[in-house]
Amino acid sequence: MWKDLLVERRSKETLNALFFFGLLLLFIFQFALGPDRERLAGTLPGLLWLGFILSGLLGLGRTFVAERENDCWEGLLLAPGDKSAIYVGKLAGNLLLMLVIEAILLVLFGFFFNLDLAGALPGLAVVIALGTVALAAVGTLFAAMTAQVRARELLFPVLLLPVEAPVLLATVKATEAVLLGETLGSVAHWLKLLAAADVVYVVVGVLTFDFVLEA
Amino acid sequence: MRRLLGGVTVAGLVAGLVMAFGVAPREATQGNVQRIMYLHVPSVWVAYLAFVVVLVCSVVYLVRRTEGADQLAHASAEVGVLFTGITIATGSIWGKPTWGTWWTWDARLTTVSILFVMYLGYLLLRGMIEDRERGARFAAVLGIVAAFNIPLVHFSVLWWRTLHQPPSLMKPGGAAMPDVIKYALLVNFAAFTLLYVYFVTRRARLLRLEAEAEA
Repeated sequence: MWKDLLVERRSKETLNALFFFGLLLLFIFQFALGPDRERLAGTLPGLLWLGFILSGLLGLGRTFVAERENDCWEGLLLAPGDKSAIYVGKLAGNLLLMLVIEAILLVLFGFFFNLDLAGALPGLAVVIALGTVALAAVGTLFAAMTAQVRARELLFPVLLLPVEAPVLLATVKATEAVLLGETLGSVAHWLKLLAAADVVYVVVGVLTFDFVLEA
Repeated sequence: MRRLLGGVTVAGLVAGLVMAFGVAPREATQGNVQRIMYLHVPSVWVAYLAFVVVLVCSVVYLVRRTEGADQLAHASAEVGVLFTGITIATGSIWGKPTWGTWWTWDARLTTVSILFVMYLGYLLLRGMIEDRERGARFAAVLGIVAAFNIPLVHFSVLWWRTLHQPPSLMKPGGAAMPDVIKYALLVNFAAFTLLYVYFVTRRARLLRLEAEAEA
C-alpha cells in the first residue's frame, strides 16, 4: 500500500486526471440540465453521487494498472503469505484516493452550485465515508478480477454498477436528508444499511481475494 | 431418469395450466388478467431458488474445486436469469391493465430488475474469460458477492418506495386467499420447480460434455 501511495504522490497521475475529470463532470451536468439553480438544487444529491461513482469507476478501475503494465502481476501472484493483506492494502489506498477526490468534488459542487455546506458537513462526512467504503471494497475486488480479462474497461463498470445499486440508493437518500438540514438520526436506517453493506463487502472481499489472485 | 423427469415436468405444467385456467375461479376485481399470477409468482420463486443454488455451488467450487459444482452454478445462473426475465415480462403484462402502466419503479420490480442486471453481468463475465479454470473461480467470487447483495438490494429498494401488493402466500397468520387459488398456485410452484431442475440438469450436462469435448 505504501508503495502505491508513494507512486501516486510522486506521479500524481491518477489524482490530477481525476480532478480534471470531476471538473468536467460538473460542467457537463450544468450544460445538460441548464443553468436553472432551483431545478439543479433538487437533483443535487443524485448529481453529487453520480460524480462520485463515475470518478470512482475510473479511479478504482486503475487499481492494478501499475502491476499489469510493469509486468509485476507475477509478483502479486507469488507474494508469500496471506493474499488478503494485498486486498486490505489496495483497499486502503483506494479509500484514500477516493476520499480526496470526493472532498475536492464536494468543494467544487459547493462553489458552482452556491451551496452552504458548512452546517451539513459532519453529517455529510459520515454518509460519504460509509458509502465510499462500500464502493471501494467491491471496486477493489472487481478491479483485481477484471484486470486479467479482455475488455476490462467495459466489464468493470458493468459488474460494479448493479452491485452498488443499494449503496447508491442509500447514500443519495441520506445525502438528501442531510442537505435539507435533518439530523443523522432521521436517516439511521439508511446508515445501518450502509454499515451492513460495508461489513458484508469487506468480509467477502477479504475471504475471496485469495481465489482471485491464484496463480 | 432424464426422460422420467421431463415427463413428470410436462405433466406438472399441464396440471398447473388446468388448475390456473380451469379450476381456479375468476378473480372478482381484476378478472381473468389475475390468472397471470400462476406464471408470475412461480417464476420469481424459481429465480430466487436458482440464485441460492448459484451461491451454494460457488462456495462448494471454491472449497472443493469440483468442476461439477461450477457447471451447476453456471447452468443455474442461466436459468435464473431466464426466469427473472419471465418474471419481469409477465409482471409488465399484469401491471398494464391493473396499475395502468408497463413499468414503474415499485420496490419489488426494482429489486428483480437489479437482480436481472447483476446476474446478466455474471454471465457476461463468464463469457469473456477463455481460461476455463479462471473463469470458474471469478464467476464463483461474483456469485457469492451477488447473493450476499440480495438482502441489501431488497431492503434498500423497500425503503426507497413501494406500491406492489403485499406478498399473499407466506404471510404470518396464514394466506389471505381461498384454498382453490392456493392449491392452484402450489401446483404451479411444484411444476416450475421441476422445470427448473430439468433445465439445470440438462444444461449442466451440456456444459460437462462441452468441457470433455474440449479436453
